[in-house]
Amino acid sequence: MDTIAGTKSSLTWAVNLSVLFLVVLWLIPTIGLLVSSFRDRDQISASSWWKAPFAVEQAFRARAEGEVRQDGSLWIIEGNVFAASELVDAFPEGAGYPPVLAFGVTGRDPGAAPVGTELENRDGGTLTMDADGAYVYTMTEAPGNRPPRLYIVAETPPEFTLSNYSTVLGGDGMGRAFINTLTVTIPATVIPILIAAFAAYALAWMDFPGRGLLIAAVVGLLVVPLQLALVPLLSLHQQVGIGQSFVGIWLAHTGFGLPLAIYLLRNYMVGLPRDIIESAKVDGATDFQIFIKIILPLSFPALASFAIFQFLWTWNDLLVAKVFLPSADESRVMTVRIADDLLGSRGGDWGILAAAAFVSIAVPLLVFFTMQRYLVRGLLAGSVK
Amino acid sequence: MSPVLQGAITILVGVGGCIGYFYLANLILDKVIFPARRDDAGRNINRANAVRPWLFLVPAILALGLYLVYPVVGSFWRSLFNRGGDEFIGLDNYISLIADEGFRTAFFNNFLWVLVVPAMATFLGLLVAQLTDRLRWGNIAKSLIFMPMAISFVGASLIWKFVYANDADIGIINAIRASAGMDVLDPLQVPFWNNFFLMVILIWIQTGFAMVILSAALRGIPEETVEAAIIDGANPLQVFFRIKVPQIMGTIVVVWTTITILVLKVFDIVYTMTGGNYGTEILPSYMMSYMFRDDGRATAVAFVIMLVVMPVMIWNIVQARKEMH
Repeated sequence: MDTIAGTKSSLTWAVNLSVLFLVVLWLIPTIGLLVSSFRDRDQISASSWWKAPFAVEQAFRARAEGEVRQDGSLWIIEGNVFAASELVDAFPEGAGYPPVLAFGVTGRDPGAAPVGTELENRDGGTLTMDADGAYVYTMTEAPGNRPPRLYIVAETPPEFTLSNYSTVLGGDGMGRAFINTLTVTIPATVIPILIAAFAAYALAWMDFPGRGLLIAAVVGLLVVPLQLALVPLLSLHQQVGIGQSFVGIWLAHTGFGLPLAIYLLRNYMVGLPRDIIESAKVDGATDFQIFIKIILPLSFPALASFAIFQFLWTWNDLLVAKVFLPSADESRVMTVRIADDLLGSRGGDWGILAAAAFVSIAVPLLVFFTMQRYLVRGLLAGSVK
Repeated sequence: MSPVLQGAITILVGVGGCIGYFYLANLILDKVIFPARRDDAGRNINRANAVRPWLFLVPAILALGLYLVYPVVGSFWRSLFNRGGDEFIGLDNYISLIADEGFRTAFFNNFLWVLVVPAMATFLGLLVAQLTDRLRWGNIAKSLIFMPMAISFVGASLIWKFVYANDADIGIINAIRASAGMDVLDPLQVPFWNNFFLMVILIWIQTGFAMVILSAALRGIPEETVEAAIIDGANPLQVFFRIKVPQIMGTIVVVWTTITILVLKVFDIVYTMTGGNYGTEILPSYMMSYMFRDDGRATAVAFVIMLVVMPVMIWNIVQARKEMH
């Protein structure tokens, strides 16, 4: 409608630009995480993720392992920093060395002096270095068993690696957690669907006293805070002998998912054409047959909507998993693993954190982008009108 | 037994059990209890049809009753007992809650969350819905803004941990501060305002939800009303605020209340980002700090959350009943 009567092209431009701005704003955090997950740990702390495609100025630590000779009262070490044993990994021979930008003698200030100048070191000697890495290190005392430290700052080319992912999936137990999440999610998605479908059919198409009351109860239960259920149900599970286990969490998720399932499915089934159901009844079909042969196939979109909801919800859940699953390492799901282990012990290892986060959100994102249509339909039907 | 195998068996038992129950229950009802035979065939069919809805409903009613209705009562009952659950102490748990500084902080913070998050998410959702309405690439834009809905609160928190990182080389906030010549700081430790930084995460997630629903509502507005307004000389702002918004007011309220309910339940963000430190505790995370330690206290907090949700629940039920009639 904005296109008739008095449209200004400047307005269209403004709309396009502001939407673009919002989309970028919304995407930046996720892109940052994605980029970081592919970056080398040292590069992450050396430069921001938005500079990832560019070379990184990074500090390296080495020892002056060159040849030692004595000259009067001075000891002189001469050599090339790239030959030092600690730099061989970072700068393999034959690949060509980047120019050294600056150098230093303390870890606190690794780039204290630009190349070509002279830097005084701690015991009164000096250090000079050229851009190609050749250095001269003079000392007033004889070097000990271990050659003295020196530091360089050099540009390293941008480096993208899968090593964060292999660390996360291999040694870090995320692989195990991934399987656990899957184990929690699939039964917890499948089981409520059938129970809810039958109940929804009864609430939509069968006449019996108390129907309105039951529907109202389902609407009310939609908003009951999960927090209430934790303590009583856990102690109930313990009394019955289920305790903290996968069976316990499947049951819990089934119970918690039912109100939405029944509500969504009933709303959908009520809208199915009455003629079909009545003519089936006239033809002598029982309610059971009508349900299996007519209602269930026709309700596929609603079933899919709920399945996606329940899948995302159980996959992403932290609270129920923390309470109803044992806290032992081998039964942790990904959300618990990230929230309790990685953020605690690996607080500073950003590459690992990013990769772990991406492992955990990859499947929901895939489901989201492939089945968005059903998700939207479910949202529209599911928000209490 | 490995959990994977256990899972497979559970699916089989669960699905098979459900189908088996419904099939057998129907069979027994029709063939054994009320068989439609000779003289009382008609009466038996009627009787069977009166029982059948309950056959369909029993599993759901049992599960709902056990997992959602019983806990409301059970939690309240448990909250009247002491930490170990062996001594009845009446409302003492609630009284000590009110006296507790931490609880009051959590309550106040939660109040801020309820005030800010639904309002911002609904506002931004409405804005995006309106802006993308006539846009050629509107669907792509909507899809991208909707995307955080798929991400777990834990994942989202991690994503934002990067944004807020206390390091100008990692956190974009601090990078901007650094380039403006300001000191690097940890946004999550700035008193009072850190609550709002946490809220941003939930707003980021929920805007997509609000947008999807409001965008459908905007599409449902009869075009004649908008055309008439434009012919009468209304400018775009007037069309939006005077014509469109009033017509989707009902949906706006629904979105608002849905997000409000969510805000009262989400503990993941606070738990992952700050662990409730630096004065960012909210009720759900406050409750979790007592979970496994003092069940009396924990259930009392849970019941307070329930009391806060209650008005919305009643309003929802009233609305649903109105719609049915």
